[in-house]
Amino acid sequence: MAYVKINKEKCKGCGYCVNVCPDKAFVISSQLNSKGYNVIEYTSKECRGCKLCVTVCPDCAIEIFDGKK
Amino acid sequence: MKEKQLVCGNVALSEAAIRAGCRFYFGYPITPQNEVTSYMSLRMNEVGGVFLQAESELASINMVFGAALTGAKAMTTSSSPGISLMQEGISYLAGCELPAVVVNVMRGGPGLGNIAPSQSDYFQAVKGGGHGDYRLLVFAPSTLQEIVDYTYMAFLKAGEYRMQVMILMDGLMGQMMEPVSFPEMSESFSYRNDWALTGCKKREPRSIKSLFLEEGVLERHNKSLQKKYGEIREKEILYDTFLADDADVLLTAFGFCGRLCKKAVEELRGMGIKAGLFRPITLWPFPGEVFTGLSKKSRKIFCVEMNAGQMVEDIMFYADNKNKVGFIGRTGGGIPSVSEIVKAVTGKR
Amino acid sequence: MREIYKKPEALKDNITHYCPGCGHGIVHRLIAEVIDELKIREQVIGVAPVGCAVLAYNYFNFDVAEAAHGRTPAVATGIKRALPDNIVFSYQGDGDLAAIGTAEIVHAANRSENISVFFVNNTVYGMTGGQMAPTTLEGQKTLTTPSGREKKTTGSPIKVCELLSVLEGARYLYRGALSTPSNILKVKKAIKDSFQIQITKKGFSLVEIISPCPTYWGLTPLESLQYIDNNLLKVFALGEIKNTVR
Repeated sequence: MAYVKINKEKCKGCGYCVNVCPDKAFVISSQLNSKGYNVIEYTSKECRGCKLCVTVCPDCAIEIFDGKK
Repeated sequence: MKEKQLVCGNVALSEAAIRAGCRFYFGYPITPQNEVTSYMSLRMNEVGGVFLQAESELASINMVFGAALTGAKAMTTSSSPGISLMQEGISYLAGCELPAVVVNVMRGGPGLGNIAPSQSDYFQAVKGGGHGDYRLLVFAPSTLQEIVDYTYMAFLKAGEYRMQVMILMDGLMGQMMEPVSFPEMSESFSYRNDWALTGCKKREPRSIKSLFLEEGVLERHNKSLQKKYGEIREKEILYDTFLADDADVLLTAFGFCGRLCKKAVEELRGMGIKAGLFRPITLWPFPGEVFTGLSKKSRKIFCVEMNAGQMVEDIMFYADNKNKVGFIGRTGGGIPSVSEIVKAVTGKR
Repeated sequence: MREIYKKPEALKDNITHYCPGCGHGIVHRLIAEVIDELKIREQVIGVAPVGCAVLAYNYFNFDVAEAAHGRTPAVATGIKRALPDNIVFSYQGDGDLAAIGTAEIVHAANRSENISVFFVNNTVYGMTGGQMAPTTLEGQKTLTTPSGREKKTTGSPIKVCELLSVLEGARYLYRGALSTPSNILKVKKAIKDSFQIQITKKGFSLVEIISPCPTYWGLTPLESLQYIDNNLLKVFALGEIKNTVR
């Protein structure tokens, strides 16, 4: 299994990842980054590493690593 | 003494560019500079360089921009209407501090004008043309040998200062033939390219741009440009004089009119009038201080131009007394004759 | 800790100025991924346009020049002629390429200049505030077509790939879209094909990318993806418009 690392400063909360994640693991949180965007949050403990989220992310805000956090 | 070759002005400048090591020429047909494009299309092939006939003058100046940003010696030539189209590109070259040589073989304007010789792009070359605070180093050759010498120097200075250099001549200079000697091929030189875009192998990536959005950065960029222009003002002024030291009547002219005035000075001297000539070779930087000195010694000054009076504004600005300055000019492709100049000088005495 | 996905080396770690959901960021990343995969980062010279992507040099981690509006293909031509072994691409938007720069793109294609062109078509001028572009759809509301683009007075959207396809020198023309992960991956493949065509010196190629502009379409990012599928792709056909390389 894999885990997701989100760069909250890069994220602009567009929601593209929320839309494509097969596990519906992304949510747009109430947390604001320094630019004032509501950033995404990964809510699941594990990720299947399908990379759909990074494929659609316009801000290169998501990275995925093998293993457990 | 080097062997001399009889060539026309347009070929003189083309071959001089080749001898300086220019291997990238981009141009678009326009009269009266078409000998350059045809000569370059043959010659670049012989020396392993690039000749490309662009789709417009806009494209040629931007192809020069592209080649120049790799640190290559690149050049374009055109005539007045085409040079107007290139002003955007020249401003960008200035903003990006890229070395480039642009030649204007002037013709009559405004608009499509005609294809006769003219000097009516002095303002455009010297006072701006494109947008923003920038300057061009402008050489105005008066003989074909000077075309060779200053074309060669144009490439040298373009590289030295990362500057845009213009050769300002007219259709007559482009078409007429005179014997010239060229520098040897081995006398070419290279530009430094430690600023150029060549691919970021074993170094940090570079960018070349004229956009500076951050607060204060564009002003700093402009200050550094002005500092460079100041250095050029101090070091690069060139001019020629003929019997000017004791001149009672001082003629001033650039380019082809300089030749006419030299002849007029001889005739006036023959008539017992102490005439002399002051001829700026760099139109920017203008040899203002030298001229101020000379102007103090003369009683009357005439500026002779193939336009409605453009350099005369600088002559009046730098003369010790602007009321001394008279203007002799022809427009629309008209060329003042020597007798016309002599008559104007004597008639106004 | 093996990475499954990591930021490509050809992309700097900077935060972009693009609006949320803007397609430019995706296109930048796809170009950077391909450059990493082909291991050509140290040979690439990109040419940025005037428009929203004007600051591309802040995001790409390789040599980038910034050209005058629409002149990008002419600048890329000058670079490629001077350094034929480097990899040169022109990155342009619809205003830059299909309006002010039509002469330059047509003639670069006609000469079969050995460069890659990545053409981001979002049917609107973003940087200047959302004016009509040459690719704006009929009826589409923009800042300068407040009641929708009218064919009678402003013409219809220019189909750049089809327009260039009649030129012998245009070797590979592909139109993709950023509306779904699968379409995005097809765009990435087209970008890779384009670079490979250049590496093998086969001539001019262009990848047109139909890209979302949520801000000036007045839609949310997700709605803008649906707008691409439901509206833009009715006008702009996807796929290989021309390929004479094979």
